[in-house]
Amino acid sequence: MSMNSQGRPSAIPTAAIPAAGVADAVTGTFTGNRGLQIEEPLIFEQDAAGRCGVDLPDAPKVASRLGGVKPRAKVGLPGLAEPQVVRHYTRLSQKNYAIDSGLYPLGSCTMKHNPRLNEKMARLPGFADVHPLQPVSTVQGALELMDSLAHWLKTLTGMAAVTLAPAAGAHGEMCGIMAIRSAHEAKGDTARTKILVPESAHGTNPATAAACGYAVESIPATADGRVDLDALKAKLGPDVAGLMLTNPNTCGLFERDIIAIGEAVHAAGAYFYCDGANFNAIVGRVRPADLGVDAMHINLHKTFSTPHGGGGPGSGPVVFSEALAPYVPVPYVTHGASGFDLVENAGDGPAFGRMKAFHGQMGMFTRALSYMLSHGADGLWQASGDAVLNANYVMARLEDVMTASFEGPCMHECLFDDRFLKGTGVTTLDIAKALIDEGFHPMTMYFPLVVHGALLIEPTETESKASLDQFIDALRALAERAKGGDVAYFQGAPRLTPRRRLDETAAARKPILRWTPPVGAEALAAE
Amino acid sequence: MTVKYTKDHEWVRVEGDVGAIGISNFAQSQLGDVVFVELPEAGRVLEQGKEAAVVESVKAASDVYSPVSGTVIEANQALVDDPSLANNAPETDGWFFKVTLSDPSQLDALMDEAAYAAFVEESH
Amino acid sequence: MRYLPLTEADRQSMLAATRTASVNDLFRDVPEAARLSGPIGGLPNHMGELEVERHLGAMAAKNLAAGSVPSFLGAGAYRHHVPATVDHMVQRGEFLTAYTPYQPEVSQGTLQVLFEFQTQVSLLTGMDVANASMYDGATACAEAVIMANRVTRRKKAVLSGGLHPHYRDTTTTDARFIGFDAVALPADPTGIEDLAAQVDDKTSCVVVQNPSVFGQIRDYSDLAKLCQAKGALLIVVVTEALSLGLLTPPGEMGADIVAAEGQSFGNALNFGGPYVGLFAVKDKYVRQMPGRLCGETLDADGRRGFVLTLSTREQHIRREKATSNICTNAGLCALAFSIHVSLLGEAGITQLAQLNHAKAVQLADKLAAVPGVEIVNDGFFNEFTVKLPKSATAVVEALAERRILGGVPVSRLYPGAMDDLLLVAVTETNTESDMDAFATALAEVLS
Repeated sequence: MSMNSQGRPSAIPTAAIPAAGVADAVTGTFTGNRGLQIEEPLIFEQDAAGRCGVDLPDAPKVASRLGGVKPRAKVGLPGLAEPQVVRHYTRLSQKNYAIDSGLYPLGSCTMKHNPRLNEKMARLPGFADVHPLQPVSTVQGALELMDSLAHWLKTLTGMAAVTLAPAAGAHGEMCGIMAIRSAHEAKGDTARTKILVPESAHGTNPATAAACGYAVESIPATADGRVDLDALKAKLGPDVAGLMLTNPNTCGLFERDIIAIGEAVHAAGAYFYCDGANFNAIVGRVRPADLGVDAMHINLHKTFSTPHGGGGPGSGPVVFSEALAPYVPVPYVTHGASGFDLVENAGDGPAFGRMKAFHGQMGMFTRALSYMLSHGADGLWQASGDAVLNANYVMARLEDVMTASFEGPCMHECLFDDRFLKGTGVTTLDIAKALIDEGFHPMTMYFPLVVHGALLIEPTETESKASLDQFIDALRALAERAKGGDVAYFQGAPRLTPRRRLDETAAARKPILRWTPPVGAEALAAE
Repeated sequence: MTVKYTKDHEWVRVEGDVGAIGISNFAQSQLGDVVFVELPEAGRVLEQGKEAAVVESVKAASDVYSPVSGTVIEANQALVDDPSLANNAPETDGWFFKVTLSDPSQLDALMDEAAYAAFVEESH
Repeated sequence: MRYLPLTEADRQSMLAATRTASVNDLFRDVPEAARLSGPIGGLPNHMGELEVERHLGAMAAKNLAAGSVPSFLGAGAYRHHVPATVDHMVQRGEFLTAYTPYQPEVSQGTLQVLFEFQTQVSLLTGMDVANASMYDGATACAEAVIMANRVTRRKKAVLSGGLHPHYRDTTTTDARFIGFDAVALPADPTGIEDLAAQVDDKTSCVVVQNPSVFGQIRDYSDLAKLCQAKGALLIVVVTEALSLGLLTPPGEMGADIVAAEGQSFGNALNFGGPYVGLFAVKDKYVRQMPGRLCGETLDADGRRGFVLTLSTREQHIRREKATSNICTNAGLCALAFSIHVSLLGEAGITQLAQLNHAKAVQLADKLAAVPGVEIVNDGFFNEFTVKLPKSATAVVEALAERRILGGVPVSRLYPGAMDDLLLVAVTETNTESDMDAFATALAEVLS
């Protein structure tokens, strides 16, 4: 079998499971609440029939005209009044960690501060209350915003063209690969069936390439954590459509050979796709076009501060070189004598088609542009510099107690592995869970796969030195504690959170993916 | 009854021309709790060393390669119903599927129990 | 710069700790030729809040906000009233600035919301189980087709002529690159196409939209049975999620997959995004579902909690063999949907759906009274197709000059075709005087 040995232990260590009835002893309270930490049932468990949180006017008295189709019986939703709903979501929010609460050192996620000005701008009625299919003459400001964002993205990257359509980073990758394939097909070059991907790549890279019909081949890394240029050259040939590279790479290192890499890829007649997840390290200081990149997606929710929102929405515009510019998908904004226009249909042109409904994640464009205007060229220069300085500072202050995987300098993130835990019985996962009790969200764990038990730390530029020092000191203390042999402490962590370690095995073996009305409830309701 | 092992941590136990196939105890210890298995259907023709099944833990999904070439005659429904068998009885009740071997001589190149134990010892 | 906390003193101290002379030295791995010597030219310097507001405010002022005039636009995005509570709750920092809930112990807020969202979507669609949302309805539709291909091991999808062209095109783009056939039937404004005739034993799925892009409503129960008999899946698309509050849901018709747009609940028009894709299936297909899933479990103290589960289907584990390459769900948009649906509840959703339908009937009657205007539909929920004696595109422009956003010309979605047809949507935000203004202006424009 393929030994994916990074599958980490998921069973809860038996030492951590208390005997029955211990839960009450844990909180010592009658309600199970713990001061400000309040237990909150599901909305479905708070139903009162007929209760409603909105007041609606009466409908005009007209005969129904559904065309002979029957109206439905009940939906089965619970009824709550507004105060209950507000309490419900307020209490749930209090169980979440967030950037607003503290440092989120997640590597490659770029958890920087989300400015509230962005929220205010996105909610201006002139942006928020505009329908995508209004006559173009009534939305010139929206098109101007998209055009302005496009200009910033092209200028920052040095690239010739951009599409704003993709809804997220992975969607942007898909777009880039589709454009590459279109370009080859337009030249009648159908022998190119492979995409090369470094072994350190994020899983979306091979998933995207495979989804677009390519076979994926892996390029190994050298001992210094970078793509092996010789191995790459050996694999390049007339059957290769492109290379998907992340730069800086997922180990937080700048690919020193990138110019040579780009040249080799082009010499072989292939295209150079860059995963822009780590753009925060170089934004405003280095232009991907100068590195030979043909296409790169940009995560507005990473580099440009649009909020992560608990998992989305994202936005993944893709910039293109001259070679790939004709293949940009629809829709896109054009600027003529009579103002802005929107091209929504590919017609017979080279645009490869449409990737989603309407025009892209407009709400995220507004936020990103607000961020760009706030920073300006000088602010972005400073931001990437501080991001890289912060990561190097963290690395310098931890490398004596933890094991850095590669020699510095790093870029905006630093990578450690679990060699420093060898023989302690404590795993990377355990360190992460103990960090939670210290008031931090853990760093990215077990990624990239090229080192064992990876810990990837990206502080971002919006962390103060004091914040970093507190984090560093906590990690130093935990590393020492692990080496001191206190395994039980780690395996029982976290202890202070709204919930302790959760049984993910049970969740996967017998999935319960929704609330279901109790048996008999429907019969009762029908009476 | 011979049990042979592959470098990819599968085992095959042969009785006559039928081989039962599963993953080794070492493999399951590395995987963590098995939550799901995808098994080949009866009649499927398998090639030695090629993907035959998938075993999923919470955080990892691994391909199981067939140690021998042959045709699937049965998949272990008990394992599908209770994936924990792969953790608790990996080399007995936790078998994945059975095949009729098309080329029993392939067994000669596989490791016996002692050789496999030594292999695991030195490489991990 | 207000977002950057490091002081010069901090930087010096930190550089000393890294044993580096300057920040530039940290970039020494970047090839000299690619390293810019200073801030990029061609872009302005930083701006304070006041200046940013002025700049973006001026841009916003060049747009006609739909709520400032009578508006009747639909075609896949609907203007509903979002209660004030929704926007306040989604802006709580613990929701807004939280990451994907990969560390469940500190993400129970997000996770419980997703569990409730999945339940709400299952109930609304009448299906067994739903995922934690997709980018939008169109990508959900495309992913549904890809899933059907996987489940049936067939490669031919049939797309109804009532399917929104953006959804059709998103699917055909995937068809071209992923490698399957998507047969798109001709546009079907009157809802008379014969889908049954298109299903054979090579068909992986039939995709219908209910109500259709033209607003027609059909009962697809018979089609569901036919598909099942032929081993194909029935995928039902819904672009106006509120319709699920009144119409027989796809689950009850026998749909295998529902791919829908949830924007109507909790999410402003936002010029087309971000929206929220809904994806729901029958139980037997749960492991074939793309996207994130939240499941219930217990913690080490034996208390109920929630976690992301069945992740091994996803790209970060399976890599090339993932069920899709999707990484994000629509997070905050799903939260907004969920809060809005929680406020409405059973009573509210039924009442709101009935209100929308009744207003649509009211407007249809007023428009039908305008000389030369015909209503095409035999039935509709809150959106119908109007046949005009003149170019709908020209009519809509003329109405816009009279400060009325009078619907979407069908030719906007079908370039060069059906320019005599207009899609008109009505919601609870339209007053009777809005409707009278529309009818009056239309009569003027047509005379």
